[in-house]
Amino acid sequence: MWALLLLTPAFVSLASVSFYPIVNGLYLSLTNTSLITQEQGFTGFSNYVELWGDPQFWNAWWHTMWFTAASTVLETVIGLGMALILCEAFKGRGLVRAAMLVPWAMPTVVTSKMFGWLFDGQNGIINYILLHAGLIDQNVNWYGSTDTAMITIIIADVWKTTPFMALLLLTGLQTVPNSLIEAARMDGAKGWITFWYIRLPLLMPTLLIAGLFRALDAFRVFDLVYVLTGGGPADSTETLSTLSYKVLFSTLQFGYGSAVSTAMFVTEGLIALVFCLYLVRQIRRAG
Amino acid sequence: MNDTRSPMQTFFIYAGAVLILVWSGGPFLWQFSTSFQLDKALTSGSPSLIPHPFTLEHYYNAFVEKQLHRYVWNSLVVSLATTFLCLFVGSLAAFALSRLNIKGRFGILMVILSVSMFPQIALVGPLYLVATNLGLLDTYTALIITYLALGLPLVTWVLFGYFETLPREIDEAARMDGVSIPGLLWRIILPMSLPSLVTTGLLAFITAWNEFLFALAFTSNIDRQTIPVGIANFTNLYYVPWGDIAAASAVVTVPLILLVLFFQRHIIEGLTQGGVKE
Repeated sequence: MWALLLLTPAFVSLASVSFYPIVNGLYLSLTNTSLITQEQGFTGFSNYVELWGDPQFWNAWWHTMWFTAASTVLETVIGLGMALILCEAFKGRGLVRAAMLVPWAMPTVVTSKMFGWLFDGQNGIINYILLHAGLIDQNVNWYGSTDTAMITIIIADVWKTTPFMALLLLTGLQTVPNSLIEAARMDGAKGWITFWYIRLPLLMPTLLIAGLFRALDAFRVFDLVYVLTGGGPADSTETLSTLSYKVLFSTLQFGYGSAVSTAMFVTEGLIALVFCLYLVRQIRRAG
Repeated sequence: MNDTRSPMQTFFIYAGAVLILVWSGGPFLWQFSTSFQLDKALTSGSPSLIPHPFTLEHYYNAFVEKQLHRYVWNSLVVSLATTFLCLFVGSLAAFALSRLNIKGRFGILMVILSVSMFPQIALVGPLYLVATNLGLLDTYTALIITYLALGLPLVTWVLFGYFETLPREIDEAARMDGVSIPGLLWRIILPMSLPSLVTTGLLAFITAWNEFLFALAFTSNIDRQTIPVGIANFTNLYYVPWGDIAAASAVVTVPLILLVLFFQRHIIEGLTQGGVKE
């Protein structure tokens, strides 16, 4: 009795703000709802047929997949490197650990604007440093050019989320018993051998779970792209979230926009499924 | 441990530590310095980390011309209301899941947690229609209701993890003394969970303070727009006011950073308990 009563507020909140919109979005995606023409007729799967043949959708789909893969891999690898350093005792470790929360706490919109200034094509400090280090011979128009815009966004995302990833992995690393590593050292194992054969396998579940959460989060990327490039130049950074937002709120085609976001939901579900299957296989093999 | 390290290893560890420090603090330090420099100095072609000459012009522009304080007020109202609602609803749910015998409680927790992974862009369209029909566009209410649901999964999860660490003997003793179930939560469990409440409250606050997508869709004027929307719209007609943007960034980020640094130990512990540690 009490249990039900205490859980009700949470259920009501999640049901109305999360489950209802998903179901309603599924329904809307089967209609031609538009806030301009005020139509709302059932049209079956015609939105999905249109979606399947829409080059803009596939363009955004590939960008999102590429962004998700690149940023998740980079964040996990660099994060692991940072975690290994933080695992060692050194002076000022507390300070470094505290500083690592700065990128995480900062509003993404601020990060986006900040990278806009750092990577500015004319007066950006990154161009200045690279130019003076002799790594480039003229200013790069980072997020203003189709070749480098997506790379700039990936760099910004990696900057913001890697330190937090490192802190998560650090807690995982600290559960690896020190006695195991000491024993291996006694037997004359070099540093990278203890890493490869002891720490990494024991860290694997943590690494996969943290990677999964990161990938699902990266897949939804909106703020960074919307504020830094708005999906441009020439749609070269358009992702599924920014595309859906434009279809929904610029053209006000809620039917077609819902089809885009539902397709996105399905893709995200598939990513989670693949990760989970892999995780289960890894755990089975280990156990 | 130090004595087993070669000088080479020690060098790499310190070099790595410096790199992490520069990575984490460098960009914002530059942004902070930018906020005190004249536009002329910023475009001179020879950037300097020390503002010279020092100016507060950008802060003046941010507050007087762009009315930054109004966005800050809106964000404060929305974020504080979200925080308290999240803690209230979240602690009820976490308490029920942890202390009352509920069948399939881990299943319920998993469902609650998986909700936080829904792509928010899939929610914003239908919620916009609901808000329109209820006349809730351009209101704090719409944002608070939405943010409550966004923050709730993590808050419930972390509080549940904390409640689980409190010994059950306390419950039994209290029940023997005739304490009711709400009394158990309110007078015994919650006072013991203060550190965890502070952490989860901070997480909920940050979620609401930083949220952009829903604020962008649900609000259209400065009376209700929150900081992220305000800063995203910081543009001038002919050029990008990087200095003004830097000043606004500093105003909205520095308090957050101070809070986070103050509570850093609790945040990392809170977020990693249960979930990843196992």
